[in-house]
Amino acid sequence: MNQRELPQHPDFLWSNPEPKKSYDVVIVGGGGHGLATAYYLAKNHGITNVAVLERGWLAGGNMARNTTIIRSNYLWDESAAIYEHSLKLWEGLEEELGYDIFFSQRGVLNLAHTLQDQRDSVRRVEANRLNGVDAEWVDAQQVKELCPIININDDIRYPVMGGTFQPRAGIAKHDWVAWGYARRADELGVDLIQNCEVTGFVMDGDRVVGVETSRGRINAGKVALCAAGHTSVLADMAGFRVPIQSHPLQALVSELHEMVHPTVVMSNHVHVYVSQAHKGELVMGAGVDTYNGYGQRGSFHVIEHQMSAAVELFPIFARAHLLRTWGGIVDVTLDASPVMGRSPVDQMYVNCGWGTGGFKAVPGAGWAYAHTIAHDEPHQLNRAFGLERFVSGDLIDEHGAAAVAH
Amino acid sequence: MMLIECPYCGPRNEPEFAYGGQAHVAYPEDPNALSDEEWAQYLFYRDNPQGAYAERWVHSAGCRKWFNAIRNTRTYEIQHVYRLDQARPDGAAPAPTTSRQEA
Ligand SMILES: Cc1cc2nc3c(=O)[nH]c(=O)nc-3n(C[C@H](O)[C@H](O)[C@H](O)COP(=O)(O)OP(=O)(O)OC[C@H]3O[C@@H](n4cnc5c(N)ncnc54)[C@H](O)[C@@H]3O)c2cc1C
Ligand SMILES: [Zn+2]
Repeated sequence: MNQRELPQHPDFLWSNPEPKKSYDVVIVGGGGHGLATAYYLAKNHGITNVAVLERGWLAGGNMARNTTIIRSNYLWDESAAIYEHSLKLWEGLEEELGYDIFFSQRGVLNLAHTLQDQRDSVRRVEANRLNGVDAEWVDAQQVKELCPIININDDIRYPVMGGTFQPRAGIAKHDWVAWGYARRADELGVDLIQNCEVTGFVMDGDRVVGVETSRGRINAGKVALCAAGHTSVLADMAGFRVPIQSHPLQALVSELHEMVHPTVVMSNHVHVYVSQAHKGELVMGAGVDTYNGYGQRGSFHVIEHQMSAAVELFPIFARAHLLRTWGGIVDVTLDASPVMGRSPVDQMYVNCGWGTGGFKAVPGAGWAYAHTIAHDEPHQLNRAFGLERFVSGDLIDEHGAAAVAH
Repeated sequence: MMLIECPYCGPRNEPEFAYGGQAHVAYPEDPNALSDEEWAQYLFYRDNPQGAYAERWVHSAGCRKWFNAIRNTRTYEIQHVYRLDQARPDGAAPAPTTSRQEA
């Protein structure tokens, strides 16, 4: 695999209009989910009188902070359906958006280090196949063939016993995905409004009719939340609760290196995941900082821990340098599955709880959420992901089941 | 990394502690009397404010005792630590929504 030259950006990707007095749909949050939702509202449903309100800059939240892993090998049927729909959309996205997003289907390996890991992995492979998701169990030797720099010796604390491989999985360039959606949405008539923070909701009885913002009141036929880690803050303003906790999630990159890592490796057990981005930097991440936090930063021992796991798996990384670490704010649910559907407020919709793994879902979630908003009713793909499941007990427990949750 | 003051051992590094989520969420007095909605609130919903938050920590690599802290979730600054048999400092952080509803 070779390093890829980045093409030049055009001068302008979208216009920066002044907010109008009123829109049919106001989307709160200009991350991947907000932008994709706006695009599919316009493209699939012909609803173009839409604004995306972003308090900072487009994709300044988790969207351009994630480690860009894309896969669909989740255990449960409901998850496999929405993530696989998303992966299929990824497969045509460069053409659809007419924009380079560096989608690279280099495959994802999810390693197993214990007998329990191995059993869970094989079970997940079988479940994936029944759901039409490409998946195979590979032994340690095959892991080595797929990724020659990995250490499969049995003298380490948690030797590699094998893993699952999804060949169609991979990575993409996250900021460019956002720009691609933004440009197309703008062309279709959507207003992308930055530096516009939603500070309250205008209600008419049980129904939302507008938003208060740092740039004045904007009337809205419908309001769609897409605020990831800040959803609780917005739901509080609207008078309902969402079952999420906001946590810092960190990642890191090394300096640029020759291409040495041909795929994506994730390990739940020693807890690190590693890929090599198109310019050559090693990209790594692991789990959340355990405390609640809105600070977009976490604690350094979390970084140290994932680096020690990485060096054990990839001894060749021992002399690489840490160039940069950063954090986002992720919205975690108890069953590690998202929340998408109607909210307790009439004409307000909620899309959150994607936690540590919502980048891969950007196309699929935007698609299903746009349908939900347009029809005031969930799409087949997100029917099972409504808030109701926490009352009915019909959880979609992907914790652990789906390997690492990224 | 945070420096956390254990009420029993004094200030120690964060990796010595484990997090226990929101504090003062009482087990319902009569779980059978709760509706499904109320039970869901108790089981799956915790407050998630930006700002002062009353939360539980355990000094797992030290004295192994649980205690409470009031921490700002935006700045991560710890404003108070107090033992389980001490009351939440007045006005330092809002009471949990779930307990408010049950009260
Ligand atoms: C370090 C890290 C690594 C990750 N790795 C992966 C991975 O490998 N694979 C994967 O699939 N996922 C990954 N994720 C998760 C993924 O990034 C998120 O699930 C996804 O980006 C969330 O959707 P979003 O893009 O819409 O969120 P965001 O980009 O966070 O968008 C939400 C936006 O809402 C805005 N907002 C908030 N409040 C307001 C308000 N009041 N008014 C107006 N705007 C507001 C914010 O400023 C923000 O821009 C990772 C996340 C992090 C932090
Ligand atoms: Zn102690």
